[in-house]
Amino acid sequence: MTRPDLSFQAAIAASRFGLGARPGEIETAQSDPQGWLIAQIQIEGGDIPQALGGGALPSCQERFALLASCKAAEKAAAQDEAQDEALRKAAFQPLNEGFVDEVMSRFWLGAVTPSPFRERWALFWANHCSVSANKGREVMAVVGAFDREAIRPHMFGRFEDLLIASSQHPAMLLYLDQSQSIGPNSPAGLRRQGAGLNENLGREIMELHSLGADAGYSQADVTEFARALTGWSVAQGNAPPDQQGRFVYRPNIHEPGPRTIFGRQYPPGQQEQAEAALRDFAASPHTAEHIARQLAVHVVADDPPPSLVARLKRGYLDSQGDLAHLARVLITAPEAWESPSAKLKTPYEFLVSSYRAAGIGSSDPHKDVLNPLSGLGHRPYTAPQPNGWSDQASDWGAPDAMVKRLSFAQAFAGAHAPMADPVQVAQAALGARLTPAAYTTIKRAETRQEAFAILLMSPEFQRR
Amino acid sequence: MTRPTLTRRAALATGLSAAFLGAGAGARAWAQGARPFADRKLVVVICRGAMDGLSVCPPIGDANYAGLRGAIAIPPDQALKLDETFALHPKLTALYALVQGGQARIAPAVAIPQRIRSHFEAQDMLENGSGQLYGAATGWLNRTLQVVQPRRPIKALSIGAEEPLILHGPVEAESWSPGGRLNPNGDRVTAAVQALYQDDPLLGPALATGLQVQSEANMLNGGKPINGGDAKAFAVTAAKFLTDPNGPSIAVLSLDGFDTHANQGAANGQLANRLAILDGVIAGLQTGLGAQWSQTVIVVATEFGRTAHVNGTGGTDHGTASTVILAGGALKPGGLIGDWPTLQPARLFENRDLAPTLDVRQVFKGVLRDHMGVETAALDTRVFPGSAAVRAVPGLVSA
Repeated sequence: MTRPDLSFQAAIAASRFGLGARPGEIETAQSDPQGWLIAQIQIEGGDIPQALGGGALPSCQERFALLASCKAAEKAAAQDEAQDEALRKAAFQPLNEGFVDEVMSRFWLGAVTPSPFRERWALFWANHCSVSANKGREVMAVVGAFDREAIRPHMFGRFEDLLIASSQHPAMLLYLDQSQSIGPNSPAGLRRQGAGLNENLGREIMELHSLGADAGYSQADVTEFARALTGWSVAQGNAPPDQQGRFVYRPNIHEPGPRTIFGRQYPPGQQEQAEAALRDFAASPHTAEHIARQLAVHVVADDPPPSLVARLKRGYLDSQGDLAHLARVLITAPEAWESPSAKLKTPYEFLVSSYRAAGIGSSDPHKDVLNPLSGLGHRPYTAPQPNGWSDQASDWGAPDAMVKRLSFAQAFAGAHAPMADPVQVAQAALGARLTPAAYTTIKRAETRQEAFAILLMSPEFQRR
Repeated sequence: MTRPTLTRRAALATGLSAAFLGAGAGARAWAQGARPFADRKLVVVICRGAMDGLSVCPPIGDANYAGLRGAIAIPPDQALKLDETFALHPKLTALYALVQGGQARIAPAVAIPQRIRSHFEAQDMLENGSGQLYGAATGWLNRTLQVVQPRRPIKALSIGAEEPLILHGPVEAESWSPGGRLNPNGDRVTAAVQALYQDDPLLGPALATGLQVQSEANMLNGGKPINGGDAKAFAVTAAKFLTDPNGPSIAVLSLDGFDTHANQGAANGQLANRLAILDGVIAGLQTGLGAQWSQTVIVVATEFGRTAHVNGTGGTDHGTASTVILAGGALKPGGLIGDWPTLQPARLFENRDLAPTLDVRQVFKGVLRDHMGVETAALDTRVFPGSAAVRAVPGLVSA
C-alpha cells in the first residue's frame, strides 16, 4: 500500500496521532500533515493542565497538605460523638473535589488543545508509568501531580530521566509500596524486627516501565534491585513542613553493600545505586524493544507491523532514548500512515474526540465525563493494575461496552449536537476518512442530534 | 445484521427453544441427547493481583504458619475452623456455610503450569490455557465453547466492562455490567449504527450482542438500573442471566485489588475487605441462581499466591501456589483437593513460596469433564493443548 494523499493523511494525523479533529483542524493540517505533527514536539515537554478556573493546580506537596488537613478534620469529627459517619466522610470532600479537578483539567486540555499529538504523547507515557487512585487516599491525592511533575516535563527528553522522575515521585513510591521498603541489614532494619524489603516497585519497574517481562532477568535480579531501591521514600509524618510530601532518600533504611543486577555490578552506594541501575535499564536494548512495541501498539495496531517496531527500536537506541527523536521517527514512519485505521479508541479517547468534534469543552464533571467513563470501565487515574490501561481493541469492544458507547453518544448528541449542517460537522471531524456509507446515513438523519450520534458511533469515528 | 431480539422473545413466549430456532431440526436430537449437561452452569471468578491463599484458607494448624506470617497470620480464635490444619478467613462466612454443607471445597496449593511472578504473564497463562506463555491468543473457555457448540448450544457471559482473555476467541461471548441504559427514543440511531457496523468484524457482533443482553437485563430487573456497589446484589443480578432458559451456561467475572504488598491485614484490613466482596459474590450467585444452584459449580482462581513470609511492610510479595475454591450445588461433597505440601522450610519453593501440589489445569479439566461434559480427548488437545499428562482431578462433580 502506498502512502495516502495529503487530505487522507491530514485525517489520519488528526485521528490516529491526534485526539480526533476539532472543527478546522484537518484543514490546518492539510498542507503538511507530518509537519503539523512534528511542530507539536517541544523540548520543554507536554502541556501542563491548568485549573479550570485558571492558574496552576496544586503541587504534590500541596495535595499532601490538603490530605493532612482532611485527616485532621476527620479525626476531630470522630471525637465528637454527635457526628455521624456521613460527616466524617465529608471531611474528605476537599480531597475528592481535588481529584475531580485533576480529571477535568486534563480532560479539558484534551478536548480543546490545538496540539493533540502532544497530548496523546503525554497520555501514552502516563499510562506507561501508571499510578492508580484505587490504591487509596494518599495516591488519589497525587495522581494528577504525578502526571504534571514526573511525566509531562520529561516526555520529549531522555527516557532515563522520565524513568527516574517517575520512580522517585511520591505517587509511584506510595502506589508500589516502595516508601515502606527497608533494607534488612540497614541500621533501621537491624533495629526493627520484622521490617524488611518490599519488591513491588523494583519488579514493576523492570517488567513494565523498562526491560519488559521477557528480558530474561531472574527473581534474584528483582530482589537485588529492590535492595538497591531501599531508602527511596516519601517525607511524611514528622518531616519538616517544607519537606512533607517530597521524595526523600533515607540512608538509614538503605541496604548496604554492592549489588549485582541483570549481569551488572553496582558498588556499595546510596541513592545513586538504584539510579545507576535505572540508567542501565533505560539504555538496554530490551527496554528499546519494549517501548518500541508498546508505542507501535498504541498508535498503529494491536498487532503492529514488525518493521515499525524495528524502526522505533533503532530510533530509540540510535538516540540514546531521546523521546523527541522517537516521536519524529514515529511520525515519519511509512507504516504509521499506510496501515488501516485498526485501533479502537479507548473510552477516554472516544469521549475526548466527541468533545473535539462538537467543538466544545466539557461542563458537568460527573454527568458529562466521570459517569460515562466509569460505566465504560475507564475512570481516569484508576487503572486496575500496574500495567495501566489496555491498548487492545478486544478489551474495549465487548458487547456491553458498545451499548454504553451508543448510550453515551445519544445522550451527548442530545445535549451538544452542533448547530452547523450535520454533513459539514462530519466532514470536519473525519475529513477524507468519512465513508460514503456514513455520509449517506448522516445525511438522511431526521435531526441534528440523530446525525451527530450516528457520526460518533460510525466505525470510522470509533476507530482511528 | 439485525438481532432477533423480539423474535426470540416471541419464541420464548410460545415455548420454543432458541437452540431449535437457531440450529434446525437435525440439531434437536443431539440437543436432547446431551441433556445431562445441558442445564449445567459454570461460573469462573478470577481474583486478579495474586490472592493470598494462605489467608483465604489459613493453615492455622501448620507448625510454621504463625511464625512465617507474624502479624498478618489469621488468629486461630477468629478463623473459621475446617479441620486440624485448615480454617477459612473470618470474612468468608457464606463460603464456610457451603463447606459445612458439602457444597464447597478447597484446593490449598495450586499453581499455573510455569513458575512466573509477573501478574500479567501469569494471568495470561491462567487464562490462555496453553501451558505456555503467550502460547495461545484465545482463552480456554472460548475453546471450551468451540468444542461443545457442535453438540449443543452453549453461550458464555462476561460480567464487567472489559472482556477477559479467558473468553477471547472466535466464539463471541455476551457481556454485561451494571449501569447501561439506552435512550428509549434512540431506535433510529441504533438501527443506523448497526447497519454501518455490518462489515466490522468486531463492532458489529459486539453491539448486536450487547443490545440483546441489555434488553434482557432491563427485563430481569424490571427496568431498574442495577447498583454495582453492592457485591451480593450485583452477583444476584448477574446470576439471573444464567437462569434464563436460553441464557449463558458459563459466566466469568473478575475481582481485583488482591496485590497486597503492604499492610495486608489479618482478620480485618485490606485483604479482608476483598475477601468479604468475594464472599458476597458467592452468596449472591447462590441466591440469584435459586433452583439452578444444584446445577452449578463456581471456580475461584488467581494467577499465583504470595510469599510464605510476611515481608518488611506488613504484606506479602509475589509467590507461587495459592488456593482454588470450588463452590456450588453440583459439587460432590468431599474434603481438601490435592495434597498439602506444608510450610516446612525445606518444602518451600525457592525457599520463599508455598509449593504447588496441583496444576490449576487439573482442577479446570476435572470440572469441565465431569460438570460440563467435555471429553478428555478434547480437553487434552484443544481446550488445554498438549496437556494429556496433566490429569483431571477426579470426583469433583457427581457423574
